[in-house]
Amino acid sequence: MEIWRLPISASQRGKLISAGYTSLSSLSSLSPSELARELKVSETEAMDILKAASHSRGAETSNASCSILEGAQSAWDMLHDEESLMHITTSSADLDNILGGGIHCKEVTEIGGVPGIGKTQLGMQIAVNVQIPHDFGGLGGKAIYIDTEGSFMVGRAFQIAEACIEDMSEYNRFLRKDFQECKINMKPEDILENVFYFRICSYTEQIALINYLDKFISEHKDVKVVVVDSVTFHFRQDFDDMALRTRVLSGMALKLMNLTKKFSLAVVLLNQATIKHTEAPFN
Amino acid sequence: MANKLISEVPLPKSIANVFAARNISTAKEALSLTEFELMELLDVGLTEVRSALSQISEIVAPPYQTALSLMEQRVQNEHLRGHFPTGLKGLDAALCGGIPFGVLTELVGPAGIGKTQLCLKLSLLASLPTNYGGLDGRVIYIDVESKFSSRRLLEIGLRSFPEIFQMKAMAQEMAGRILVLRPTSLSEFTQSLEQIKVSLLQNQVKMLVIDSMAALVSGSLAEFSRIPVVVTNQVRSHNHDDASRYSFQVQRRDGTLEIPIRYDSHLIAALGIHWAHAVTTRLVLEAKSGCHNTFAVLLISQRFIKVAKSPISPPLAFPFHITSSGISLLSDDGMELMGPEINAIHCQGLFRSLMNLLIILSILLRIPMAWS
Repeated sequence: MEIWRLPISASQRGKLISAGYTSLSSLSSLSPSELARELKVSETEAMDILKAASHSRGAETSNASCSILEGAQSAWDMLHDEESLMHITTSSADLDNILGGGIHCKEVTEIGGVPGIGKTQLGMQIAVNVQIPHDFGGLGGKAIYIDTEGSFMVGRAFQIAEACIEDMSEYNRFLRKDFQECKINMKPEDILENVFYFRICSYTEQIALINYLDKFISEHKDVKVVVVDSVTFHFRQDFDDMALRTRVLSGMALKLMNLTKKFSLAVVLLNQATIKHTEAPFN
Repeated sequence: MANKLISEVPLPKSIANVFAARNISTAKEALSLTEFELMELLDVGLTEVRSALSQISEIVAPPYQTALSLMEQRVQNEHLRGHFPTGLKGLDAALCGGIPFGVLTELVGPAGIGKTQLCLKLSLLASLPTNYGGLDGRVIYIDVESKFSSRRLLEIGLRSFPEIFQMKAMAQEMAGRILVLRPTSLSEFTQSLEQIKVSLLQNQVKMLVIDSMAALVSGSLAEFSRIPVVVTNQVRSHNHDDASRYSFQVQRRDGTLEIPIRYDSHLIAALGIHWAHAVTTRLVLEAKSGCHNTFAVLLISQRFIKVAKSPISPPLAFPFHITSSGISLLSDDGMELMGPEINAIHCQGLFRSLMNLLIILSILLRIPMAWS
């Protein structure tokens, strides 16, 4: 029954069903005042219900003709978009090669590993590299660093920023191009200033922050990467209801994916490793 | 923050009443449900649920700070930019100043290698006044296995800083700053943690040492008080040798196959991988022979302290020995170890050398030797 899938409240749904409307097509020919009279609700409420119905109906007829639908994009346009998107370099040519140029915007990238292998280092490097200006092939954007473990060390980030600036001036000298105007008057302090640091102490704060990121990024439009270090730390302890944990985690993942598409930024998730016990074959 | 009450969030009255009626009183409960679940439970529309959730999230979400202001805070407020120098120059240089504040630093190694010695030295250093390189404050030493020896502590003090410790009053003052706790059970330990938190807040305690980590201590204790916390860990044997070898590892460029050298006992740090993630800095203490000569390996075994996991240092190993004045490095230039070698814990040489010596003696003197 299609009515079940409508994003309306339970009592509204109940009234629709008791009035005999079980499918979306039955609602299509009604006007708001008629519906209001049938369901004994206010006109504004009836209008909301009809809007929700037409919205979900529009999304269903996707295999229709190739007329321009709202929200659809042709594959050719998508290819063009993808090729013109810039990447965030990881400062390792091999890794950039594997990733196809670097960390992609409009995508969520997960980096996992055992403790001490360098995940936080890579996260910090990405937060610095996103700030490389356009003339050097970077995005020139700001970074959000969400720290759940407390492993962000500012002194180390400063060292990475210094090295990045040195790299850029070497690149300048190597090419000997006349980029004197955009010459490196960036200082490591400027780079550190463009990293927004959030410290999270529980999974509730983590969920709240990811909900809040939408508003935050609309106010700070030049944020181009969100690094979450590490995304599952608080979910590994004190969670009794595993089904709830799965639901919460998938809700979070969905919101992050929506963020990337909406603001055209990259999300990098750093994850921990665990030991998996497998059944070894007998011989 | 997580337990913020819904009643304190400025929501429109109607939805606040609905939340209360359904017994959702804290932000944690509200945020643990998905949007659809909330809609079902509260019987309100999607837009209202979304706007309520975004308001709650905005209040509960922690405030942000730019990394620059974080650094300026640390530089201004903290002793030496947030690092506690250990007096071992090479190690301090590698750790960018010393043991970092606000995070857990773990010392791992087999029994008898020198972990407790290093802890004693560090506690002593922390109690000294700042012009001697100390933190001029109290140290809480949690001694789980009753290994703390005050006599040894005073010996270390006398040898390392004779000008202070020769005066009895000063020695008493310094030693008096080290408070030793001996919890007999886990619950006793967690109870005393509450007391410790209070004394940290009153700013008297400058360092926390936990000798032999039997229970998990969450890192938040270190963080909010911004003091160095040093914990020691034990090792256990590990059966599988493939822990650090991956199927996609590339052969070396020069074509030689890496022959895994079998050591006597393959050891890893106890308490597992979850604990390893919670610790920020890991210093591994081990003993192994510096040369592979089969005769020399019988007798010579060198102790090393390795920076195995650290967010700011390269993987370096420093040779050290234990003297009457504590621990000292034999060389301030560390050897850089690449690859999985930095994480391996060797116990080679310590006992084996003794055994081999006995075997040689028994052969030479032709006497039977027996040990249990």
